[in-house]
Amino acid sequence: MDKIYKALAEIVGEEFVSNRKEELYIYSRDSGLSEPRFPDYVVMPRTVEEVQKIIQLANKEKIHVVPAGASLSLSGLTIPQKGGIVIDMRRMDRILELNRKGRYVVLEAGVTQGKLQAFLEENAPDLCHSLPEAPPSATVVGNLVIHGQGNLTQAYGFNSSMISGLEVVLPNGEICRIGSCSLSPYWFSIEPLPYLAGLFLGWFGTTGVITKVGLRLYPKKKLRDVELFVLEDPKLVSEVIYRVTHTEMAEDITTVAQPYPLMFQGTIMIGIYLTGDTEEELEFKRRLIWSSLSDLIKAKEGGFMALTPDMKVGLLEKPMSSLTRSADILKGGGFVYCGAIIPIEKFPEALKKLFEIAERNGVTFAHTGRVIGRGHCMMFAFAYPFNRADLESMEKAKRALFDSYVATLEIGGVPWKPGAEEQKLILERMDKNSVELIKRIRELLDPNKIMNPGNWEVEL
Amino acid sequence: MQSQNFVLKFQKELCETCPTYDCLTRCQYLNIDTKTAEREIRKLLNGEDSFVLHECVTCYACEEYCKRGNHPFYLITDLQEKKGILPAPKPIVKQWVNLGIPDKKDIPHFYGAEEPVISLCLFPDFVNSIRGKLFQGVSIVLGRHFFCNLVYLHFGKPSLIRERLPKIIENIASHGFKEVVFFHDECYSTFTSYADAYEIKVPFRPVHLFEYLYNRLKELKDEIKPLNVRIAYQRNCSTRLTPQKEHYLDKIFELLGVERVERKYDRENALCCGGIIRGLQKLDLFVEVQKKNVEDMKNAKAEYCVFNCPACYSSLAERVRKEGIKPIMLHQLCKLALREEPR
Ligand SMILES: Cc1cc2nc3c(=O)[nH]c(=O)nc-3n(C[C@H](O)[C@H](O)[C@H](O)COP(=O)(O)OP(=O)(O)OC[C@H]3O[C@@H](n4cnc5c(N)ncnc54)[C@H](O)[C@@H]3O)c2cc1C
Ligand code: SF4
Ligand code: SF4
Ligand code: SF4
Repeated sequence: MDKIYKALAEIVGEEFVSNRKEELYIYSRDSGLSEPRFPDYVVMPRTVEEVQKIIQLANKEKIHVVPAGASLSLSGLTIPQKGGIVIDMRRMDRILELNRKGRYVVLEAGVTQGKLQAFLEENAPDLCHSLPEAPPSATVVGNLVIHGQGNLTQAYGFNSSMISGLEVVLPNGEICRIGSCSLSPYWFSIEPLPYLAGLFLGWFGTTGVITKVGLRLYPKKKLRDVELFVLEDPKLVSEVIYRVTHTEMAEDITTVAQPYPLMFQGTIMIGIYLTGDTEEELEFKRRLIWSSLSDLIKAKEGGFMALTPDMKVGLLEKPMSSLTRSADILKGGGFVYCGAIIPIEKFPEALKKLFEIAERNGVTFAHTGRVIGRGHCMMFAFAYPFNRADLESMEKAKRALFDSYVATLEIGGVPWKPGAEEQKLILERMDKNSVELIKRIRELLDPNKIMNPGNWEVEL
Repeated sequence: MQSQNFVLKFQKELCETCPTYDCLTRCQYLNIDTKTAEREIRKLLNGEDSFVLHECVTCYACEEYCKRGNHPFYLITDLQEKKGILPAPKPIVKQWVNLGIPDKKDIPHFYGAEEPVISLCLFPDFVNSIRGKLFQGVSIVLGRHFFCNLVYLHFGKPSLIRERLPKIIENIASHGFKEVVFFHDECYSTFTSYADAYEIKVPFRPVHLFEYLYNRLKELKDEIKPLNVRIAYQRNCSTRLTPQKEHYLDKIFELLGVERVERKYDRENALCCGGIIRGLQKLDLFVEVQKKNVEDMKNAKAEYCVFNCPACYSSLAERVRKEGIKPIMLHQLCKLALREEPR
């Protein structure tokens, strides 16, 4: 019998390892448009010790390792570029601690967004975490590793800045804790120690396997409502966002621009989410937001759209399933997007590029975006639907996607969760000393080069 | 056909000799005394600018207040357009204009085979409620092919109505219907009041939902179990264009055994649901009007708020419900009395 298979089976039990083609197939692809590549094994550990043993084995055998959550990044980040072992983290799905007064939870790395959301609804209904629009099966840690954004991102920044502690299995198999949990029983803060968390966030599993995370929770108000402010002139988007963020009254702020249905063509909608424990609180916030935009309204440049109750239900759903449905314009069950992290003032340029790219490649598109921090930047999605039954539509979407990454860099933005190919585009343009630092850190942490190869790979 | 071919029948002389200027003095939103009304009417007659053109909330009520058969509101909207005055912000107007653009991909929906025919306009959500005894044997038409477009009266774009209406009328007439029941009051008012004011020919008889419901309820009289509840009625803007059918409503309420509560903001004194006031971004006024309206319903101890217009329902139902009053569409109230809807 295959030696590695046997060793893995000894670590996790036969049931939780596989080298069968039909099971490897699942891990060879994601729902985006990246080239599929097969792993040699997939394994599902239950404990940090098991993860540790897998990594030790991989070092001994010089075999590659790819940590994976739900593989929903859409940019192929868990597709094993060079084969090896995919570590599917989803059996490590325990919620270990809830500290209500300190407003944090400690989770294992396989806990999904849906599980955490349900857990909080039941055990701490006045607390919530920053929930992305990803399907509920996405893992919390997968989202943090890629610097995800959720409904609290406008108020508190990228989801990854809400981490209060980490436990990581390093590429050499050592278990390492980061933040207060490295010297205290409490997982309340990463700061004020040297900021080691940065060694594992945004690295796409190339620097270690996160096994536990402390995650900050935030007040969850009883009521939630939404307003859509509509504009025609893209140049006014940054102004609107500046004013609304200045009120500090909004929870989430999103942007939408799409050609279908026809009603929306030529306009940009800014979703402003409001929360409050009472109707009065909601009303108070709503009025401050209204008045922050009053002169734009008076100048007839923008206004609030009338929302039917059904539209509101859709917009207030968490996560918003309508997003996936409306992205599926071609009815082929597929869409990809390039999330550009851009300064908000670059919105008009990004939108113009989106129109040009869609036109040039003969594809339809949708734009959604989300404000990050108090307008410090935003995620601008260039999204393209495709039909999985139509190869041509997939090719076109792929080209449009690539063009969008290039466009993001051209306008001075930074592509979010880039796939292996697009990471190369970034590294080519990056300051050489920064690239060198990335290289040295990887060499230092992962001398055997076993971790998720093909990602953030500096070829000098 | 070009929209400019249709010209508003407006009799200047009636205004010049008007003893009341009711159209403006009774306006609930602009606060105009007789002297100001006289002055502003004169400006409007001369095609001059007037604050009325800028501040009108497009509640349509002046059409009803004028007892001399003139068309003050249609005049206002024509002047707004002529002078490029947009009652709402540009992007909001753009979305509404886009909404009605006839798209080649639109499919006319036609369920059923013969008359009577109900037009559901752009309200597909109601298809499933056009069922049961009340609507037995009724055919339904639905979709942009039958969209009356009257909504542009709110957005300073009335020429769009005249531009699109002949085609809509043709679409309806092409089916050979002699009569069409209009589910939405606004459609009915389009094919009667508006078409008449601009001398647009309508080759079928528009029937108001009230008339249909009343006749049907009479037939089903023995099956009605009186509801014995107190209801407040929410009038919608377009009812102001065709008050001649309002009498059916009281007869319907009588058949249903409901009491239309006496209150300040009913009948000619009805308040707008607030939806369009919000659409025109008069946000403080919107809050105030909805509050006044719902408090009035509450003070009159209404148990239900009955709507005739789905758009009003959309904008006011949640608010009404929060105050403990049950919102309901008129046809659903009828079904309730026939024990066809859960209470
Ligand atoms: C419809 C849709 C909507 C979306 N909306 C959003 C959104 O609003 N906001 C948002 O942020 N994202 C969004 N996404 C993107 C993505 O799905 C989410 O960010 C998701 O949370 C990623 O989690 P995952 O479990 O799928 O991660 P995966 O794709 O499995 O992993 C992501 C990366 O993290 C690494 N990784 C995973 N687990 C570990 C670990 N334990 N240790 C080390 N590295 C690890 C992987 O190797 C990979 O590089 C959306 C996706 C879809 C399909
Ligand atoms: S529109 Fe009617 S109410 Fe107004 S001034 Fe003319 S006649 Fe009088
Ligand atoms: S439509 Fe309404 S708001 Fe406008 S002038 Fe007539 S009554 Fe007044
Ligand atoms: S009745 Fe109302 S909803 Fe129906 S077509 Fe006319 S304006 Fe539109």
